[in-house]
Amino acid sequence: MSTTTATPVLQARGLSRQFGSVRALNNVDFEVYPGEVTALIGDNGAGKSTLVKALSGNLAVDEGEILFDGKPIDMSNPQIASGLGIETVYQDLALAPHLDPVQNMYLGREIRRPGLAGALGFMKTKDMAKASRAAFDELGATVRSLTSPVGEMSGGQRQAIAIARAVHWASRVVFLDEPTAALGVRQTKNVLETIRRVRDKGIAVVFISHSMPHVIDVSDRIQVLRLGTRVANINAKDTSMEELVGLMTGAVTKDDQK
Amino acid sequence: MSLKTPPTETVAIGTFDDNKKTNPVAAVLRTQAFQILLVLLAIIIVFSIIAPDSFAQWSNFRLIIQNASILAVLAVGMTYVIITAGIDLSVGSVLVFSGVVSALVMRAMGGEGWGVATVGIIVAVLSGVCWGLFNGFLIAKAKIPPLIVTLGSLGMALGLAQILTGGVDIRDVPTVLTVSIGYGNVFGSVPIISVIALVVVLIGAVVLHFTRFGLYTLAVGSSEIAARRVGVKVDAQLIKIYTISGALAGLGGILSLSQFSTTAIAGQSQTNLNVIAAVVIGGTSLFGGVGTIMGTVVGLFIPAVLQNGFVITGVQPFWQQVAVGAVLIAAVYVDQVRRTAATRGNSQGLWRKFLSGGRRG
Repeated sequence: MSTTTATPVLQARGLSRQFGSVRALNNVDFEVYPGEVTALIGDNGAGKSTLVKALSGNLAVDEGEILFDGKPIDMSNPQIASGLGIETVYQDLALAPHLDPVQNMYLGREIRRPGLAGALGFMKTKDMAKASRAAFDELGATVRSLTSPVGEMSGGQRQAIAIARAVHWASRVVFLDEPTAALGVRQTKNVLETIRRVRDKGIAVVFISHSMPHVIDVSDRIQVLRLGTRVANINAKDTSMEELVGLMTGAVTKDDQK
Repeated sequence: MSLKTPPTETVAIGTFDDNKKTNPVAAVLRTQAFQILLVLLAIIIVFSIIAPDSFAQWSNFRLIIQNASILAVLAVGMTYVIITAGIDLSVGSVLVFSGVVSALVMRAMGGEGWGVATVGIIVAVLSGVCWGLFNGFLIAKAKIPPLIVTLGSLGMALGLAQILTGGVDIRDVPTVLTVSIGYGNVFGSVPIISVIALVVVLIGAVVLHFTRFGLYTLAVGSSEIAARRVGVKVDAQLIKIYTISGALAGLGGILSLSQFSTTAIAGQSQTNLNVIAAVVIGGTSLFGGVGTIMGTVVGLFIPAVLQNGFVITGVQPFWQQVAVGAVLIAAVYVDQVRRTAATRGNSQGLWRKFLSGGRRG
């Protein structure tokens, strides 16, 4: 893609959120640029998941604002986020276990038949199956049965379906919360490949991971959270695994300018 | 099912079991609805052998079907409710209440014609809708457990029905209702009441299995969080489902009024449990996300056929309650094993599990 655009597609300014006595987010800034993979890293409890929830409309913040294409928006529910083309793959995947992959893919956005049948709620099942099949193939996910409940499938298959769904619907930003945590070596390689492919379509990818090799491998930009604050925003080419670990644990400090 | 493996890509994100081809026939054979159908057929065959002259006659089957018709109407609504992992204990009372209100309105209007009957039908269904909305709002918005809400409305609807009538059954029902819906036949000897039930069953099945409404019902029961995250209006869906259940109970009220020519206030105390038993025997999971209308219909006929068969073969009919109780427990056990097996990724081991005492592995 072109060089880093001036305006971030999604931007957080001074977000804060208190849970009881814990300050999960403490005046956090965060930017996501189109056509870039932004890694969001940090130790457990650093506030990564809280930040993602806030940016995807799943959590109200106490202070701060969220900007989309440079304009402040009220990200108060997940529908606003999906309306803007922002999709999230949660760690718990959020698939309905008794429904099949196609039904999960299109849940909430079914293709209706034209005319009266559509008004009565009849759906274009074949079209949805075909498009889902294409989306899974594009990911390199061999979802063998499109008609079995996803609850009967392995963790890897479910992960593939959840990622395929997010990528299929996202036009601007995809959040992936630990997408490789439950996967084997080859599947992980495939997810990373998918992330690059999505990035090359001009969609911003936010990649949350504990695996530093994967982060360095796939990211363009790395933002480090520590104790609810962003402690670094660096170019992935200019860093090393040692530095990242140091930043996460607080052993290394870096000026957060750039 | 003509799903092919993607042509080139061999590296999969998920691990896939290449040997396990999903065969549609095998899939149908594994469903609880089909297995329970085999049980029903076995029961019918046994009684037919024992009493070929009395049991295995169209006139007898016609009687069984006619007696099951009102329950079938209620069971369609109950299937939707139980698929959402809910329960509706109020159906029997709502049936009585709707019948009472409808009978009072028709009596006040006077007359025996279709005009009065039509108003009566509308009043009965609307009464049911009101109770359904009441249940639905309290369950979806006030977050009171369905068991409690519908237990409450069970008592309230029945109590109000008794207050309205002073506890005395109303026996003035327009003749057009009793001779048509009550005892009328079409195509020679098919009861009209059963045709009405069949229409409800067919609409219920098509909506559940082919429309977005049905899909959302399954989704809400399967995972409320997953449904909410993708923007399914879970609360509205629940309210609609309880309203449908109430409306069908209201329809049941007018059917009952037509069939028995009385409001039969005391006659529906077991109805809710019979309907729930039918739905559960038919393979709808009490834990939500799974269920078919076809299964429910089969689940309805097992108690009905047992009752009829026992009477005809001279067994004390009380055995029916014992047998239905056993079938009910067995059905829930099978569902339980199925769900544990599904989370472990296999679908075998029913007997092994049974013999090991049902301990969770």
